[in-house]
Amino acid sequence: MDVVLLSRLQFAFTIMFHYIFPPLTIGLGLILAYLETRFFFTKKPIFSIASQFWTRIFVLNFAIGVASGIVMEFQFGTNWATYSRFVGDVFGSALAAEGIFAFFLESGFLAVVAFGRHRVRAGLYLFSVYMVALGSVFSSIWIVVANSWQQTPAGHHIVDVLRPTTMADGSSGVLPWVVDGVVQRRAEIVDFMGMVFNPSTVYRLTHVLLGCAAVGAFFVLSISAYYILTNKHREFAKHSFNGAVIFGLVAALGLAANGHSQAQNVYAYQPAKLAAFEGHFETGRGDLNLIGWPNAEQERIDFAINIPGGLSFMVFDDLSFSKTVVGLDRFHVEDRPPLVIPFFSWRIMVGLGGLMIVVCSLGLWFSIKKTLAEKKWLLWTFVFGIGFVILANQSGWIAAEVGRQPWTVHPPVEWNAEGTDLITAADGRYQYDESLGLRTKDSVSAAVSTTEAKSSLVLFSILYLALLAVWIMVLDRKIRTGPKLEDGTDAHGPGGIQQATSDRQHARLNDDSIVKGGA
Amino acid sequence: MNPELLSITWFILLNVLLIGYAILDGFDLGVGILHPFVARSDNERRLVMNSIGPLWDGNEVWLVTFGGALFAMFPDAYASIFSAFYLPFVLLLFALIFRAVSLEFRSKKVSAVWRTFWDILFFIGSTLAALLFGVAIGALMQGLELSERGDYLGTFWDMISGFSLAVGFFTVSLLAMHGAIYLYLKTEGPLQQRLLGWMKGTFYVYVSLFILVTAWSTFFIPASLQHFSSYPVLWVVPLLNVLAIANIPRAIQQERPFYAFISSCCTIAALVFLFSAAIFPDLVPAVNNAAHSITIFNGASSPLTLKIGLVIVAIGMPLVLSYTVLIYWTFRGKVQLDEHSY
Ligand code: HDD
Ligand code: HEM
Ligand code: HEM
Repeated sequence: MDVVLLSRLQFAFTIMFHYIFPPLTIGLGLILAYLETRFFFTKKPIFSIASQFWTRIFVLNFAIGVASGIVMEFQFGTNWATYSRFVGDVFGSALAAEGIFAFFLESGFLAVVAFGRHRVRAGLYLFSVYMVALGSVFSSIWIVVANSWQQTPAGHHIVDVLRPTTMADGSSGVLPWVVDGVVQRRAEIVDFMGMVFNPSTVYRLTHVLLGCAAVGAFFVLSISAYYILTNKHREFAKHSFNGAVIFGLVAALGLAANGHSQAQNVYAYQPAKLAAFEGHFETGRGDLNLIGWPNAEQERIDFAINIPGGLSFMVFDDLSFSKTVVGLDRFHVEDRPPLVIPFFSWRIMVGLGGLMIVVCSLGLWFSIKKTLAEKKWLLWTFVFGIGFVILANQSGWIAAEVGRQPWTVHPPVEWNAEGTDLITAADGRYQYDESLGLRTKDSVSAAVSTTEAKSSLVLFSILYLALLAVWIMVLDRKIRTGPKLEDGTDAHGPGGIQQATSDRQHARLNDDSIVKGGA
Repeated sequence: MNPELLSITWFILLNVLLIGYAILDGFDLGVGILHPFVARSDNERRLVMNSIGPLWDGNEVWLVTFGGALFAMFPDAYASIFSAFYLPFVLLLFALIFRAVSLEFRSKKVSAVWRTFWDILFFIGSTLAALLFGVAIGALMQGLELSERGDYLGTFWDMISGFSLAVGFFTVSLLAMHGAIYLYLKTEGPLQQRLLGWMKGTFYVYVSLFILVTAWSTFFIPASLQHFSSYPVLWVVPLLNVLAIANIPRAIQQERPFYAFISSCCTIAALVFLFSAAIFPDLVPAVNNAAHSITIFNGASSPLTLKIGLVIVAIGMPLVLSYTVLIYWTFRGKVQLDEHSY
């Protein structure tokens, strides 16, 4: 295995691990903001109990999200040094803005939310909950801006890197920097707002945030369904379920609607990616493959079941089901994305989106008819549903990122005047302007050896799997313990029953005095 | 502003971020280094951890922002440094992860084995992070072998020299002392009494290593003093540094721990400054060919990006400072355990 492949695997693995947590943080953050607002205005203890329960889980997720996030930030430099030199001028600003505008806000007010309930007044507490939720949304904004820029770059130009050079005759001047006969080039910002609002930012940000809302809703649904099934914390569970099921339905409908426009946008800027999603080889009327196995060699889909013309309809909202959709045959083989992974991850995401709409509608329906508790199968579906919603989020990113290959910075495509086809070269294929993009294979760090890349990949795998196991175990304990049962007493200060029990437990350890030594 | 001035401004701002990180997360790491030694019972261990409980995450963001700003403003330096220090930085990430999760997980189970396990990880994470920061700084002061493009040519073992290790241990002792003073401020009773000894002990270790590292760099890394001969005013900084160091034991003796804490903050700031002054205007000095060095001028982003960055800082920093103050104010005073504690 070469450093490129190892680095790709490592990036994919670490970002997928990281991306388990941010959606939970963002989704639960919104839910906490809602609960605390209700509590602030009604003073009903049920809201405070619920919010405290979710806060404890929120903090647990947050810690691992933070720990795995720093890895992401370092990795652009450790593994993708050449890429970093190329994009830093444009891309770095978004990351720096994320630190200053989002992470400080989030981590600062999280301290108040997690540890400060008894230290600040109710108004400031509510404000802090809002700020944490806002901070987590901000961080998604900046990182999605950065990522969208590499998908559909805008607001920059690509120029020769200039360096002070001494010429043969002894005079000096600023000249393009040439290393081994190659002029070094990089992207530089010319229009900051154009970079931030590049053609895909708004679609993708909306989609990501809706995906996070869906995770938050299904997380709450999972735990409340479990409590309803096991007949625990009835009141709490019913309230949470009803709220979350509406939240989840809205998010799922939004994802489908927004995803549809987003797919049309992908077609406009990255037609090869959409062709890979759909397994569309031949330029012409687009059939919508519901399922099948993409066969890249033979350039066809085996075992396909399709809706003739369905893709033309989806891409152009074309009721005649016949408009021409550009297929993979317009691209040189080395410019095509891999096929199998985007094809399936795309289907998993869209399919799960459909299922989410169905189960949320059923849940809402039975809850209105007050027969929810009898529908054991549906409740069990909700208990495990969260896993599938996380999977849908991961699949979406995998489709988007693997579909971007073989580029890290995707060069632009040019359409003919009517926008019906790409402007191709004599051989009928599209010729990307290589100088306007960056290939993945040219992005990697030159200083890193295969051994180093291998060791880090192995180490991260071990560490993250272990962390995941501990996280699930601790989470499971928290869920089994459940929300506090007594009335609102402990919302007003230390000294509740819970406090007393926990003090007793900690005290037991002190008696056993586990710590003999010291120095 | 002309490009040169912009680059210098950003060099100063990066120093500010680094100093902010070193001072703030410095005491978190120091607390982690001392944790197994100063706390004797489970309750004391919880007190020690909770003294940084609400603060460590916000403190770590200084590092995240430093990384983001280096990436944005000096991408060549970001790329070269991070890929050169590949394995050390992977280990550093592990150390920071250990620190974060052990704080979070430790109190989640009432079991001696469980808690001891996370205590050990907390100690290893904090100590290793401090050590690696120091090693990286030492290695940068010595300079790296760079290709014309700025890619590191050496191996992992080339950067582990006697000097870089010495700077590593020096950093551990500095942060341990800083952490001991911080803990002294946050605790009371017998735990606090015990910390008195630790403050003094770590101080002496620190001073010995300080002398060692200073002598070593003066004699063997002459470049570290290059600017002092041309700008004698710079001598003010080491002078103030020595005064700050001398003030630490005095303040401890007079039972004015807050002054000791301020002094150790000043010491850290001065040391970061001295490090930057030593390598200026390089960000990554190349030992094999000075022309390959990445400087704050040839490694900078375009002037427009540097200006956009200044706008972001001008809007963002006042906000950051205001909530930092709010949080430190909210959690002022001695640590107390309640139901929300770790
Ligand atoms: C700001 C940039 C950014 C952001 C927000 C993301 N990625 Fe990404 N991703 C990259 C920047 C990037 C990259 C640096 O550009 C990579 C590394 C190698 C490559 O080709 O692209 C990449 C590769 C990459 C790969 C490997 C693709 C391949 O090599 O075939 C996967 C599976 C993901 N990412 C998944 C994700 C997920 C699940 C994300 C959700 C948070 C995500 N990415 C966010
Ligand atoms: C490669 C891309 C990414 C990088 C470099 C990155 C970087 C980071 C870093 C450094 C942190 C820790 C901040 C701290 O110390 O407080 C973090 C946490 C976080 N990130 Fe990411 N991140 C990436 C992808 C994403 C994406 C795609 C999202 C959301 C859509 C996101 C949302 C968050 C949130 C909400 C947190 C707070 C902690 C948590 O939620 O668990 N990140 N990230
Ligand atoms: C129901 C129909 C859905 C459609 C039509 C749809 C459409 C899309 C499209 C076209 C992309 C690729 C964007 C790109 O490459 O730039 C995408 C990505 C993504 N999808 Fe969906 N989606 C749907 C459902 C869902 C669901 C249910 C989730 C999660 C709960 C989800 C989460 C994501 C995520 C996280 C990404 C990656 C981020 C991005 O590129 O925007 N999607 N989706």
